[in-house]
Amino acid sequence: MLLIHCPYCEEERPEPEFRHAGEAHIARAENITELSDEEFERHFFIRSNPKGIAFERWRHMHGCARFFNAARDTLSDKFLVTYKIGTPKPDLSGEIRRK
Amino acid sequence: MTQAFRIPSAGRLDTGRTLDFTFDGKSFTGLEGDTLASALLANGVHLTGRSFKYHRPRGILSAGAEEPNALVGIHRDEARRTPNVRTTIQELYAGLTAVSQNRWPSLSFDVGAISNLGAPFFSAGFYYKTFMWPRAAWERLYEPVIRRTAGLGVAPDKPDPDHYSNRFAHCDVLVIGGGAAGLAAALAAAEKGASVIIADEQAALGGSLRFESGAEIDGRPGWEWAQETKTALRARDNVRVLTRTTGFGYYAHNMLGLVERLTDHLAEPSPEAPRERLWQVRAKRVVLATGAIERHMVFPDNDRPGVMLASAARTYLNHYGVAVGRKVSVYTAEDSAYAAAIDLKKSGTDVLAIVDLRTDPEGALVEQARSLGIDVFAGHAVTGTEGRLRVRRVSISPVSGGPRRELEIDTLLTSSGWTPAVHLFSQSRGKLAFDEENQRFLPGEYVQDAVSVGACNGTSDLAETVAESLRAGETAAKETGAKKRKTVKFEAQASEDWSSGMAGAAPGAKSGSKAMAFVDFQHDVTAKDIRQAVREGMRSIEHVKRFTTTGMATDQGKTSNIHGLAIASEMLGKPIPQVGLTTFRSPYTPVTFGALVGHGRGKLFEPTRRTPIHSWAEAHGAAFEPVGQWERAWYFPQNGEDMHAAVARECHTTRQAAGIFDATTLGKIEVVGPDAARFMELMYTNPWQKLAVGRCRYGVMLREDGFIYDDGVVGRLAEDRFHVTTTTGGAPRVLNHMEDYLQTEFPELKVWLTSTSEQWAVIAVQGPKSRDIIAPFVEDIDISDEAMPHMSVREGRVCGVPARLFRLSFTGERGFEINVPADYGLSVWEAVWAEGQKYGACAYGTETMHVLRAEKGLIIIGQETDGTVTPDDAGLNWAIGKKKTDFVGIRGLQRPDLVAKGRKQLVGLKTTDPKTVLEEGAQVVADPDQPVPMKMIGHVTSSYWSENCGHSIALALIEDGRERMGEKLFVPMPDGVIEVEVTSTVFFDPDGERTNG
Repeated sequence: MLLIHCPYCEEERPEPEFRHAGEAHIARAENITELSDEEFERHFFIRSNPKGIAFERWRHMHGCARFFNAARDTLSDKFLVTYKIGTPKPDLSGEIRRK
Repeated sequence: MTQAFRIPSAGRLDTGRTLDFTFDGKSFTGLEGDTLASALLANGVHLTGRSFKYHRPRGILSAGAEEPNALVGIHRDEARRTPNVRTTIQELYAGLTAVSQNRWPSLSFDVGAISNLGAPFFSAGFYYKTFMWPRAAWERLYEPVIRRTAGLGVAPDKPDPDHYSNRFAHCDVLVIGGGAAGLAAALAAAEKGASVIIADEQAALGGSLRFESGAEIDGRPGWEWAQETKTALRARDNVRVLTRTTGFGYYAHNMLGLVERLTDHLAEPSPEAPRERLWQVRAKRVVLATGAIERHMVFPDNDRPGVMLASAARTYLNHYGVAVGRKVSVYTAEDSAYAAAIDLKKSGTDVLAIVDLRTDPEGALVEQARSLGIDVFAGHAVTGTEGRLRVRRVSISPVSGGPRRELEIDTLLTSSGWTPAVHLFSQSRGKLAFDEENQRFLPGEYVQDAVSVGACNGTSDLAETVAESLRAGETAAKETGAKKRKTVKFEAQASEDWSSGMAGAAPGAKSGSKAMAFVDFQHDVTAKDIRQAVREGMRSIEHVKRFTTTGMATDQGKTSNIHGLAIASEMLGKPIPQVGLTTFRSPYTPVTFGALVGHGRGKLFEPTRRTPIHSWAEAHGAAFEPVGQWERAWYFPQNGEDMHAAVARECHTTRQAAGIFDATTLGKIEVVGPDAARFMELMYTNPWQKLAVGRCRYGVMLREDGFIYDDGVVGRLAEDRFHVTTTTGGAPRVLNHMEDYLQTEFPELKVWLTSTSEQWAVIAVQGPKSRDIIAPFVEDIDISDEAMPHMSVREGRVCGVPARLFRLSFTGERGFEINVPADYGLSVWEAVWAEGQKYGACAYGTETMHVLRAEKGLIIIGQETDGTVTPDDAGLNWAIGKKKTDFVGIRGLQRPDLVAKGRKQLVGLKTTDPKTVLEEGAQVVADPDQPVPMKMIGHVTSSYWSENCGHSIALALIEDGRERMGEKLFVPMPDGVIEVEVTSTVFFDPDGERTNG
């Protein structure tokens, strides 16, 4: 069971209070009706699924009910940072494991 | 029986406190504080079981959790028959009843042992290769026979009458293992002021101080120090000491699972007491002090009862006061086994010889053994053993060649070295590093906030262990913010060294030998099996493991994995780290399902949701069905009706007079705010801006991929307020879907979403008499057709309570849905019911609701749709706002596959024989005479007997279905092919006149 810091509640809470909500920083295209089939495929279906640091969305379902973003190392399950929706993607290049 | 092997001068038990017990019906006496194993050994019993595959007689190997052989059933009563209990863990209580396993008719004479004669044929992979033909015989003959012959204990056939509890805990420092290392670490952390939990699987703390006769800590004998330290820890309010508690799993973010055994050691447990307690502990720092496990030697016939681990013999002597035999020898490749010989010799037991693989063993222990008159055969190996139910003779030979010699013995102690117990470290995803010099895996890189101390960290010297553990405990406490200045300082003065040893097969069981030299006792895997696996092409240890099943028994190879790995590595000519190590998985030792489930079984498995009208339905004889967590009235049988008759009557009555239905479980979401209509435009395919206040619309919700996600009727209560209904099961995910878009994609919209599913009770009144039935109760709302047409909503009062009254129909009849605050639901229902009686109305349940809507071709999400159905597939294109420039799913709908020809479309099916009711899920084909496998062109999604139509009806998704109107199709079933005709989805009142009828 993970411990997750909710950036809105500003405290660590156990995983059952949260729900994973897929990859972060994929905004719905403003011109969605104009996307070609290939663009829509990339936009909607293709995800990065990295081994290492993943940027992902979580929802504090049984708490404040807010969606937020997180950077989690998929190898160790450690959260590097969680941050509010609308905040730019943090630069974690220094944290990326040298493999 | 007398305890002939008890030595009163040895051990720590009180010889005055005796307990009676039975093993296979025979009565024995043991002492308070005994384990079942020590009590049996005190009575000279080594033979405790038969092996898994070959039914070979097996005895007690160890004195701890690693025991592979001595598993028995413990029977308390009919329902409490626990199989596969390790005798080395089970504490003795008065009246304990133990029975041996996997033998017939008796332990000493076992017919199944005939498979031992066939052992040359039963080598690794035997089952995979032999029982191939004929194919059908596997299920009917081979598997049942093999299952009966091979195996361990028998599972109880009654429900578990015990209950189990569950606790969550947080602490600064969690210490797993209460030996010298764990105690020192816990004390140091506690003195710094940290909150500490220390857990140990044994009844008492002390770990291997239990047998280390030479250990001295802080000026006292080791065991005495451990007990005093435990008392000191218990007295502190920042420390929790858990005994009989196994740390079995290490999960993410320093959460560990511990299981505490509360009653298995008691003669008469209180029925109120939980049997076990699961602890889920979140620790800021974890100190692993899990010790090391001694390995046996791998040599021919090394599995006879009486062959046991050296440290186990020491434990039985020094702690339990039991001599494990009269004539003992030792076979070792390292020093610590010498101490067992020395302790036994000093106790007066005849120790004939120490057979040491090493050519030139030296050191204080070796000297001491020699000076006590024990023969040390250096550079010798044990090449064979004899004895049917107990070892009685061993052959030894010089490793370099030379004459064979025989020793008459009744017990052989073996040790090939110690395997650090890195199970939990490995579970924490830490990386193991191979220690070349000592041929062992040690904790390498840590992934979580943990530290290993003592033997599990490769530290074998006691003084070093204590110093290392004090440091680790103090550091862990400091890292969690503990600030007290107090530092614990003490030292271990005398200690024992556990390093060195060997892994793999000893001479006599080397390559080419046909001997049965066991690596894994519990799964009957020999050195030869592992070599064979490599010869047959298994290269990775993962493959060797699965082919031979080594390490896959309930002991998970605690004594055997390193041996198996070493033999495979020798065969492959690759160093051990390159062959790899199989993954350590939780649980460390078997955990009961009861402990994991805790209170969450039976009615407490999942919450049951009931509507306010539930009690009425119960009192009126409803049958119920589960719908998600809801328990819903299914149908209301009268006068002994079966389901078919009840549903036919309810369907008929509703269309003739009226039916009353509890629709409370419908999901409800209130969408409010100045941008509510704009938000609805984005969430649903339909247009909403122009929907007038007081009117309703059937809405279709898509996912971005263009597939139907949910549907429901939406009423506009005000310019800025919508009452949205969802499917019963869909309410939470629909709200989640809406919140997702509102919070992350359209945060600029001023909209608020509230779940109101449980706020409103919903009473549906459907049928030609529905208006007459509700009319007396409706205040301040004009319910005439002119004032309140089909698909409208009004707020007012019903039965004097605030209500939202919908005019809508899920049956095709004139219908109303009365929403009142849930607390008033039952009394409003009762009033409506009483009035309905005057008009011949009935109450109906979910089954009739399904039939009536199917007669009208109305879909149910999840029944007609499965996540791959578009609005067009379902015949709902009319619900898409053609002028809309955006909504969720607008682009997905244009995907090539979604607009291609040949998609499955929703149609009706009528069976040629009107009485035949199709099976839901049945596949549909165009040509019933084509060869198998046939081309399936669709499937039945809903199917019922329709009393109102006088024939069966079905809905189906069929390839290009709308172009097939009138076509004959076929539904092949096991007992024949059913002919059907493709029809419209609307079977009843095709023009929809009855909504105003």
